[in-house]
Amino acid sequence: MMLNQFLLLSAFLFGTGIYGVITRKHTVLVLASIELMLVAVNINLVAFGATLNNAVGQVFALFVLAIAAAEVGVGLAIVLLIYRNLRSANPDDVNVLKG
Amino acid sequence: MKHYWFLDNAWLIPLIPAISYFVILLFGKRFGERAAWIGLASIGSAWVLACGTVVQWISHVNASEHGGEPGGEHGAVETIRAFGRSIKLAAEGASAGGEGHASFVANPIIHSTTWFQNNGFKLDVGIHIDGLAVMMLFVVTTISLLVHFYSTEYLKGDRRFNHYFAALSLFSASMLFLVVASNTLQLLVGWELVGLCSFMLIGHWWEEKPNSNAALKAFLTTRTGDIGLLAGVIMTFFVVQRYTGTGSFDITQVNQAAIGLSLDGNSKSLLFWCAAALLLAIIGKSGQFPLHTWLPDAMAGPTPVSALIHAATMVVAGVYLGARVYPIFHEGLNIGDGGINLMAAVGGATLLVGAGLAFVQNDIKKVLAYSTISQLGYMVMGLGVGAWSAAIFHLFTHAFFKANLFLGAGSVSHSGAHHSFDMKNDMGGLRKFMPKTFATFMIGTAALIGVPLTAGFFSKDEILATASANEYTFFKYVGLLGAVMTAAYMTRCVYLTFFGEYRGGHADHGDAHDSHAAHTADGDDHGHDHGHAASNDHGHDANGGPHESNFPILGPLYFLSFMSIFAGWIFAPMLHHIFHWEIFEKFPLWVDPHVGSRGFPILEHPEFAWIDPILATAAGVVGVTLAYLFYWRKAYGQNITERNGALGAGKKLLVNKYYLDVLYTDVIVGATKGPIAQAAYWVNQNVIDNVLRYTGKGAAGAAKFVYKYIDQKGVDGIYNGSAAGTSALGGLSSKLQTGRLQYYALLVLFLLSAVAFAVVITN
Amino acid sequence: MVAQNVAFWIFAAFMAVGAVRVVTTDNIVHAALWLVLVLAGGAAQFIILGQEFVAWVQVIVYIGAVIVLFLFGIMLTRAPMEAEEKLNNNLRWPGLVAALLFSGTIAWAFIDEWGNDNVALTKPVRTKEVGELIFRGYLVPFEVVGVLLLAALIGAVVMARKD
Repeated sequence: MMLNQFLLLSAFLFGTGIYGVITRKHTVLVLASIELMLVAVNINLVAFGATLNNAVGQVFALFVLAIAAAEVGVGLAIVLLIYRNLRSANPDDVNVLKG
Repeated sequence: MKHYWFLDNAWLIPLIPAISYFVILLFGKRFGERAAWIGLASIGSAWVLACGTVVQWISHVNASEHGGEPGGEHGAVETIRAFGRSIKLAAEGASAGGEGHASFVANPIIHSTTWFQNNGFKLDVGIHIDGLAVMMLFVVTTISLLVHFYSTEYLKGDRRFNHYFAALSLFSASMLFLVVASNTLQLLVGWELVGLCSFMLIGHWWEEKPNSNAALKAFLTTRTGDIGLLAGVIMTFFVVQRYTGTGSFDITQVNQAAIGLSLDGNSKSLLFWCAAALLLAIIGKSGQFPLHTWLPDAMAGPTPVSALIHAATMVVAGVYLGARVYPIFHEGLNIGDGGINLMAAVGGATLLVGAGLAFVQNDIKKVLAYSTISQLGYMVMGLGVGAWSAAIFHLFTHAFFKANLFLGAGSVSHSGAHHSFDMKNDMGGLRKFMPKTFATFMIGTAALIGVPLTAGFFSKDEILATASANEYTFFKYVGLLGAVMTAAYMTRCVYLTFFGEYRGGHADHGDAHDSHAAHTADGDDHGHDHGHAASNDHGHDANGGPHESNFPILGPLYFLSFMSIFAGWIFAPMLHHIFHWEIFEKFPLWVDPHVGSRGFPILEHPEFAWIDPILATAAGVVGVTLAYLFYWRKAYGQNITERNGALGAGKKLLVNKYYLDVLYTDVIVGATKGPIAQAAYWVNQNVIDNVLRYTGKGAAGAAKFVYKYIDQKGVDGIYNGSAAGTSALGGLSSKLQTGRLQYYALLVLFLLSAVAFAVVITN
Repeated sequence: MVAQNVAFWIFAAFMAVGAVRVVTTDNIVHAALWLVLVLAGGAAQFIILGQEFVAWVQVIVYIGAVIVLFLFGIMLTRAPMEAEEKLNNNLRWPGLVAALLFSGTIAWAFIDEWGNDNVALTKPVRTKEVGELIFRGYLVPFEVVGVLLLAALIGAVVMARKD
């Protein structure tokens, strides 16, 4: 197996994630797209770890997983808060910062 | 080597109050007011254990002195890879140290267990018990016990009575944890816990805005110093690493490394920066100039807490740190060389600044707070001039007489002045109403201004004598000037409080005593307390006139008065000179670190000379006389501040606390909030907006260009993609200010891609 | 090696389709379910790479917990359960350009740098090694992550509760 095929898969997933973050109209889906990006990162880490023949990549992937879990928890809490205040989960409606 | 149960198990001392904290916190409601007795019992048993450590440490020192281990060699020293040169020089120093420097070795009791281990780096948690730690254990538990006892009466009926005792327990526990710490990282943990507890207790009556502000100020100001501690602690690791090859936070190793590295010219700057960072921590915690401003505001807390903060727990933590890793300061700041160094300069400046401010306060607790700042200045200056034993001794005696004064002030306010601390408006003439409080307060005052034979006299004198013996003549005169000022402002304070006519008892708060509910602010404002919580508990008459306090308040005062006089007699060269009794010289024997000159700088104890006590006494007499004539007899210069412009300006400067608060809040914070924010806003409005606008226009123009020319020329293959993409880009750029979340994400990702692209291209 | 390669491409294809559907489908619940496919494919890739522990953690944590959280989020925000309107906004083209630009750049960098490297897998990485590495070499980060999770937990509770 080439290392490259994993890297290219991860690049594709990351790009898809970017597209999702920018275009989705529901905040939960934006979070889902962020998860796509994190999975891409994990594939990269694990693939490099396998190439170097050690467990370091895996350990880092585990840290990323833990942080992703924390991020989802806090993120969904924020989504609920936004929904409760604005009656909408569309990120476009969160424009209090609009100048 | 003999085993000493109390010394080996000193970790119990911080543990017991810590357990008490959780017990009170979790089950406090069930116990009601009896929760106070849990705190009292826990600190009482800690006190018993601390007394046990004192007794056993003394026998340990005696055993080592008389035919114990031979001097010079030390278990831990062997493991250290020392520079050959330094050993030789240290050996010379040890032989030349001669008189006053004990030549035996009394090893500190060190027990530790691994906290965690990470890739070859091992962090221990443990106890490091030596004379200094034993002395601190004794002081902290004693003062804390008395404060607990006093509080049962003083805070009776308080709405957060249990919470108060829980916090008091944790406060003592964290300070004791700091004291027994065996490595600097553990010390840092205790240090931060102490800061947290002070925040909880200063803001005990947080319903009043000034109180919670004061708590925040104390917390944030000391945090500023904590940056220094964090940096310094990290540097201690590298100090050891440079010396032995493997880093460590262990205090013994840090001290040995500092001594060892002092001869290595390349390490001087490391030691200097380490010392400077740790000095910043001391400045923050021990209220040294210029970060002393939080300490007077901390008076917003209940009075027993002030006594605890000032005498035993919070502020002396800084001095303790200075004494604990003293070799770092000694070598990093060249304290052995004479001349002026940073530490002595900070201490000397604080000494005068604090004393000056004490003159213009009308709040009795604030007078005492500034007096503490000034006395802490003595201690730091003492460390800075090489008077280690004297500075620690001053810490020891100061703890007793300052706690005495604070608790006395609390008694005055509690029973004599309707919970006010305003000397000018609510006190005066109280000598007649509360003679016992007056007597104890006078003893505390005598110790503070250094009346001969009191505790403060001997400790202050020893600092000055050592300063002049170490050729720090300048700082000796700074200290003497400070003694004059101390005597003067304390005379003013005593006069305003206890002499003259009683000025309290205005009619406007007669009915306030009925309310039990609101026992609130402790008088930063000049107001009387809203509701005297305990009016019928200790027999107020209907008018609530001034009267004597009852036993839970007076008992601690008696004990502290006793200590204010006799605590000084264990390090009294003058008495030793006259009587030649050994007891008068025991303190340095018990407390000095006898670890050999490779683990600690050689401590000199100067020969006694009559000139020092005479000068110090003369300074006190001058101060008292001047203040007596000025404030009491009004013999000269009344209203001089109104008549003389320069003096008026001086008083204004003092009343405004040298404008330091103005500097901190208005200038520094204001500059950040105001002009800088405005400048940022202006840049945002005028520069960034224009950039965006013109970028948008440019992109739109580009889109038009593409449309007109490339499209017209009919490049059909890229027509759809590029034109749509570019026009979308143009539209996007002009819409950048919509506040839409995903536009911002898009912009960030574009820029990120561009940077990544550039990096990839250039490589 | 061939069998692993074949497996890789099959899973990669599933993941690619799933990922694209996650960001394009108009049914919000379907999007979450497509995400499951991507995550499961990721776990399969980890197993192909011989890193089994992280694969099972991925299944348990992501598919077991995170997806359930997503479904809760969808439910609690009263999102429509079937496709009603477009779920993509008008940033489709710029988004596509940004995504292509970014992934193109990193893909180029990958090929440029590691174009000829092989995954030199000799034996699978056992859980024992992972544990030893975490608790020896990365203990402090591990503790920090623990504190982070605690903070996130408390933060989420504080934010989401009604008061």
